[in-house]
Amino acid sequence: MTGKLARRLSRMPVAAALLLAMQLAPAAAQEALRIGVVAPVTGIFAQVGADMTNGFKMYLDQTNSTFAGTKVVPIIEDSQGKPDLAVTKARKLILEDHVQMLVGGVLATEGYALAPVSTAEKTVYISSVTAADDLTQRQLPNFPYFLRTSWTSSQPMHPFGQWACDQGYKKIAAIAADYAFGYESVGGFQKAFEDCGGKIIQKIWPPIGTKDFGPYIPTIKPDADAVFSLMVGPMALQFPKQLRDSGYTSPIVGGSVSYDESALPFMGDEVIGDVSAEQYSAALLTPANEAFVKTYRAKYGKVPSYFSESNYTTAMMIDDVMKETGGKWPGSQAFIAKLAALKVDAPRGPLSFDDMRNVVQNIYIKKVEKTMLFGYDKPELWDMVIKTYPAVSQFWTYGKDAFLKQPVYSRDFPACKYCE
Amino acid sequence: MTRARCKVLIVIAALAAIALVVPHSTSFLILLATRALAFSILVMSLDLLLGFAGLASLGQAAYLGVGAYLTAILATRYQFGLGYDFGLVVALGMFMSAALAAVFGLLAVRATGVYFLMITLALGQCVWGLAYRWNSLTGGDNGINLPHRPQFGIDLANEVTFFYVVFGFFVVSLSIMYTLVRSPFGRSLVGIREREPRMKILGYNTWLHKYLAFIIAGAFGGLSGVLWAHTAGIVSPENVVLTTSVDALLMTVLGGPGTLVGGAIGAAVVLFIREYLSTLVHWWQYVLGGVYILVILYLPGGLMSIPERIRRRAARAEAPAAQSLAAAKL
Amino acid sequence: MDARFWLIQTFNGVSYGALLFLVGSGLSLIFGVMRIVNLSHGSYFLLGGYVALTVIWTAGSWLLAVPVAAVTVAVIGLVMERVFLRPLGFDPLRQVLLTVGFAFLFQQAALDIWTGNPFDIDPPAALTKSIVVGGLHLPLYRIFMIGVALAIGLALWLMMEKTRFGAAIRATVDDAQMARGVGIDTSLISMLIFALGALLAALGGVIGGGFLGVYPGLDFEMLPVAFAVVIIGGMGSLGGAAIGALLVGLADNFGKALFPEVSYFTLYAPMALILAVRPTGLFGRD
Repeated sequence: MTGKLARRLSRMPVAAALLLAMQLAPAAAQEALRIGVVAPVTGIFAQVGADMTNGFKMYLDQTNSTFAGTKVVPIIEDSQGKPDLAVTKARKLILEDHVQMLVGGVLATEGYALAPVSTAEKTVYISSVTAADDLTQRQLPNFPYFLRTSWTSSQPMHPFGQWACDQGYKKIAAIAADYAFGYESVGGFQKAFEDCGGKIIQKIWPPIGTKDFGPYIPTIKPDADAVFSLMVGPMALQFPKQLRDSGYTSPIVGGSVSYDESALPFMGDEVIGDVSAEQYSAALLTPANEAFVKTYRAKYGKVPSYFSESNYTTAMMIDDVMKETGGKWPGSQAFIAKLAALKVDAPRGPLSFDDMRNVVQNIYIKKVEKTMLFGYDKPELWDMVIKTYPAVSQFWTYGKDAFLKQPVYSRDFPACKYCE
Repeated sequence: MTRARCKVLIVIAALAAIALVVPHSTSFLILLATRALAFSILVMSLDLLLGFAGLASLGQAAYLGVGAYLTAILATRYQFGLGYDFGLVVALGMFMSAALAAVFGLLAVRATGVYFLMITLALGQCVWGLAYRWNSLTGGDNGINLPHRPQFGIDLANEVTFFYVVFGFFVVSLSIMYTLVRSPFGRSLVGIREREPRMKILGYNTWLHKYLAFIIAGAFGGLSGVLWAHTAGIVSPENVVLTTSVDALLMTVLGGPGTLVGGAIGAAVVLFIREYLSTLVHWWQYVLGGVYILVILYLPGGLMSIPERIRRRAARAEAPAAQSLAAAKL
Repeated sequence: MDARFWLIQTFNGVSYGALLFLVGSGLSLIFGVMRIVNLSHGSYFLLGGYVALTVIWTAGSWLLAVPVAAVTVAVIGLVMERVFLRPLGFDPLRQVLLTVGFAFLFQQAALDIWTGNPFDIDPPAALTKSIVVGGLHLPLYRIFMIGVALAIGLALWLMMEKTRFGAAIRATVDDAQMARGVGIDTSLISMLIFALGALLAALGGVIGGGFLGVYPGLDFEMLPVAFAVVIIGGMGSLGGAAIGALLVGLADNFGKALFPEVSYFTLYAPMALILAVRPTGLFGRD
């Protein structure tokens, strides 16, 4: 008898709690925020995909996957680095998983493939990596649901060109990976550099994936004051080594990703002193960045690159918008409007958006040094910030209309007027 | 009923089943099925070469590329092919791919076996290099985005409608290829595959037969490309990269060389693993590699040979029983 | 283009050719003896680099990494030949496709084990300097690559021409049936040659790792290049592989330096043309 009574009594608090929960539940239950992340999980860009998803997940872990009381459900889909698969997975995310937004894409092809899907399905697409210039320039009217929290290829290169003039460089030879990202990087640098009196005297385009620069290095014009290089991934490891081995002693002006944290930890001491420009450096000496780097490194075993920071910050921005709406999904149009109106303090510094929905951010001129930072116990290669250009937009000082009148940077634009 | 006719009926039944079932499944599965059908045409064209003419090509993706890029360039530069003129684009795509195959075939068809593999690889890589480098035409590595699917009275933006259109092309291609392989030309190809010297002695122009097969395969590769461009909506050098050709070859072997339909099955299996399984687990590459290896090791005739093996197993199981029965009677 | 330009480009082309010889010689041997086109050869190259990295990270010795990586991959090759390729019998197409299946597996396994970060193999400090000859900076590492290729080439030649094992290999290449007829164990030869081919590829991967790096995708990048070498030089011919490697190295280098517009075709167009004219390659024996 006592057993039955005891059991009945013990069930009561549970029942009471359930009743209470049921009363409260309808008011508190919000539809979960479903975010589709399209990234290369396998294939040759797998590490980039890992960096992206790690950055995104780190923010989710820090907020317990809850933005303003609403549960966040990230669904990560493998694009395998193929644009048509990115499209297929994006459609799946939208049509099957009913995500409210897509985040991600790495290559220009993926960006150009996903943006039309966002238009067709009226779903938000936030590019957290894809840098293809024109997506937020001449092509933006085609993509009303598109927003970019990362950068354009030429965005850091404009101030870098100005910086090169300020250093006193007059003639620079450019060598860059032969694809759109390379063209846009060189283009931005060339435009700014030549507008302040410099001359690009040579353009060399080794195919993407070149590791043996033997054929190209001896053709570099000897009267160049410096070499502008835009190297990606494994190319970035080999080029400075081979250039220095050939006896070249002039400075390297290293584009954006040439000395980026996705490659820098794997380089040797030959890159000390090389300068590059990007919207992020892991060596940024701000409290926000120090906390970000230390947490990321402790969790994932490597220094974060801009891939990680960009996705972390994107998650942060989504959270900020959700805070504004009290955790309710405001619909695609309103969400984009709110996101584009945000001003945030990210690990990379203060961010806002221009009226073409691309991010406006600091650009850092970085120099490779071997030093000990953030309390780590041994000297390592870091991109130390030597100059900051604040609040740089994708149009630099040119003004939006004037900039949009010129064609998108390509292999032939700006033309190599001073090529010898 | 002959074995062959039985097989045909089974295939027709399977096709009917697909046509009825797929449109009622999820949008993602409809999309995957459409992709599988479009790519299958390429795989079947490769089967024509491999399974019937005995020529293993590692450059078939080049023809898909020609069809796809032609479609994309006409659509974006000349606003051509997005209406009733879509039929013209199909014809042009097939024609241009056949033309490329005619040129490449002159270089390649003299080779056999491993050398054929190598030269088709090299030629395929040349096409890739062209797609990558000829920025002004192909958009380089950015690729070309197609504005929308063709509209000729029916709305191809609707996934189900588009599925039926691609399905229709698939059935027509399969029928044409089937007729071809059962024709005297097709039978000569098989003869050349089996015993080329003998065929030569019998007076057949073996080179010409192989050359024609190469061109026909190229034409169907082009058709596959046209459909592929509109399925994905984007064309890029990724479509003509080496691994695409390798995939096609593996799909052919997976399904069963010399069966035509096996190509479709192989394409479906690989696409399912690559694109569907990858949404569920991240170790799908091991499954893919494992399936290839197991099929190659234990199923020389591919997946299509499973019914045959079961039948043979059953026959062998009956034989000893019949023997013991006979012995018992004695 | 002065004399220095030609000299340095020739030097670069020869050193690149040296690396290609390491990759191509193994492939050529495997084809010569077994008539298999080993499409996982690129994977062996890559795995050699990755295993070497692991040895360097754990034991700190590059000198140790070279043989360990080479032997490890040779064992993998051995297992693959014995357990997977042998049961297929003489079926070149299926054997080729099997090697592709394995290439995919190796690719994913490498990604899972070593991550997708781009690595560099650091050779001993002595090899990282450059010597200056007549105003030309010649990196010692490139000279080292040429030296290794010459040494390996010499060792292989001695083995093939001066040892009984080599004679057995040559007999198998020329006519496997006759070789069996005189009592040569061709299946053992096949297995050992496959292992040797894998070893050479891995050696190329370790040496090349200090020059090209070690990263995902390197396997499928090296594969067509290795084939270019073997095709231009001829399948099954070691001397042909050497000449093919040299030709490819020089042609690729000069092609890119003088005509950068056609960089993508400097490798494949000659390959296709040579095969069109001589389907067995320049020095092929078939």
